[in-house]
Amino acid sequence: MKIIDAVHVFFDYMRRDENDKIEEISPALSDMNLEIEKGSFVCVLGHNGSGKSTFAKMVNGLLLPKKGKVYVEEMDTADDSLLLKIRETAGMVFQNPDNQIIGNIVEEDVAFGPENIGVPTDEIRQRVDASLKAVNMTKYRKKSPGRLSGGQKQRVAIAGVMAMKPECIILDEPTAMLDPIGRKDVIRTVRELNKKEGITIVLITHYMEEAVDADRIIVMDEGHVVMDGKPEDIFKRVEELKALRLDVPQVTELAYELRKAGLPLPECVLRREELCDILTKLLKPVESFKRPADGHNF
Amino acid sequence: MLRDITIGQYYPSDSLIHRLDPRVKLASTMLFLISLFITGSIAAYIFAGLVLLLVIRISRIPVKFIVKGLKAVFILLLISVSFNLFLTPGEVIFKLGFLHITREGVRIAVFMAVRLIYLIIGSSLMTLTTTPNELTDGLEKSLGFLNKAHIPVHEIAMMMSIALRFIPILIEETDKIMKAQMARGADFDTGGLMDRAKAMVPLLVPLFLSAFRRAADLAQAMEARCYHGGEGRTKLKPLRYKRRDYIAYFTVAIYFIIMLSTRFIGI
Repeated sequence: MKIIDAVHVFFDYMRRDENDKIEEISPALSDMNLEIEKGSFVCVLGHNGSGKSTFAKMVNGLLLPKKGKVYVEEMDTADDSLLLKIRETAGMVFQNPDNQIIGNIVEEDVAFGPENIGVPTDEIRQRVDASLKAVNMTKYRKKSPGRLSGGQKQRVAIAGVMAMKPECIILDEPTAMLDPIGRKDVIRTVRELNKKEGITIVLITHYMEEAVDADRIIVMDEGHVVMDGKPEDIFKRVEELKALRLDVPQVTELAYELRKAGLPLPECVLRREELCDILTKLLKPVESFKRPADGHNF
Repeated sequence: MLRDITIGQYYPSDSLIHRLDPRVKLASTMLFLISLFITGSIAAYIFAGLVLLLVIRISRIPVKFIVKGLKAVFILLLISVSFNLFLTPGEVIFKLGFLHITREGVRIAVFMAVRLIYLIIGSSLMTLTTTPNELTDGLEKSLGFLNKAHIPVHEIAMMMSIALRFIPILIEETDKIMKAQMARGADFDTGGLMDRAKAMVPLLVPLFLSAFRRAADLAQAMEARCYHGGEGRTKLKPLRYKRRDYIAYFTVAIYFIIMLSTRFIGI
């Protein structure tokens, strides 16, 4: 069953001068088509200006298509009367953790969403507790968000979305402003929510390493989908990705170069451990070479 | 220096004062402020000071924390005190050139200083023990009757709470921009008044720009979380008076009556 369905979506940003005359039109989405299955973990890649953030805002009804339709669980985002229901179904986490936390105490912030949709008080309490537990932030619930690290703030933001009991969470570059530890924390949390709670995740990111574990990768360029498939199918097209100004994970690139140099490696290697195993096996027959003591240490 | 402002910063703790209903704290703060201006005797101020000290004690907020908040308004204090000191007519007790200090001037200046200090401590006590959300909840509920006069109470309350939440963030940002500009040779500390005012331009422009950007981001994040005004909104912590709140009201009423009576009895 599909949860998000974008059909021939067009959108452009207009810049107007003081006299309200259109100065410049920059297209953001042009003929975008995409279906996302319920319960899947989808990663959207694309360089700056490829339209991925614009698409994210469409799903939540923050932006409406100029042409075409976006459906969330068969609800049309252009229908004003369904807007709250849509935002409840598809929650959104933004890039800057500071600019999306409204409350001054962690649990008050998490409660903001359910308060808006009129959930009874007792149930808000339950939802807040459950959401904070799901992102592993229960012990910080009385803290002021200002005292948390970037990764923790982002997890609070995710909890805030979780408290609305969404079917789907769209994360628009949630790790762009975080340090590596915070980044790992956030991604781990998101993955757990997908596995344990069955929530559909749409993760928009710049970091290829985060895309490796997705069920499906979507590559966008110039406002529409240019590649769509499983991580191993996408990342083996190294040259094509480079042409789109995208990278592949470091391990994949190394494996790709080694393969080009003539080593018998599989077409696409995504994980470091995987490449280690393959290479040690390759080294075994050549016993005259001194193997490093610990094969996992390069 | 910018970090010294305590107004609008919550000090997390679990004291009795923290747990009071925000409406009680709002009303009490108002009454306390009024009481400062209806009395004019040393005994009354000593009494008010003792009460204030007691409340600080109960709230378990370190005195250092509160004093730090006073530093930020020190200049304001100095100006109002010196105006009162030098410009009040009356019996001259000290003369230096064109400046003369009168007995009445000293009296009024001291009272003014005490009033201002109490006022600042009193109101920062409220913001230190009440989260901005509680505060706005309290305001919203106690001013709810204004809704009938088509005043958007909920919206105003929400704006206030957001403004309060962004104070520390913007202060941090100011610090950051200041340092960035200093690294590029900006000078904020020397020169005359005009030079200093001019030096603020490269500080204020980026600050405003980033504030607008933050506001746009925040508005979007709020909308994404189904915010649509006060209509049909529920609360995680709805305000309900408890026994301690009635007791607090009663205590404050007694305090107010005592302060009021000092004026008429003439202590």
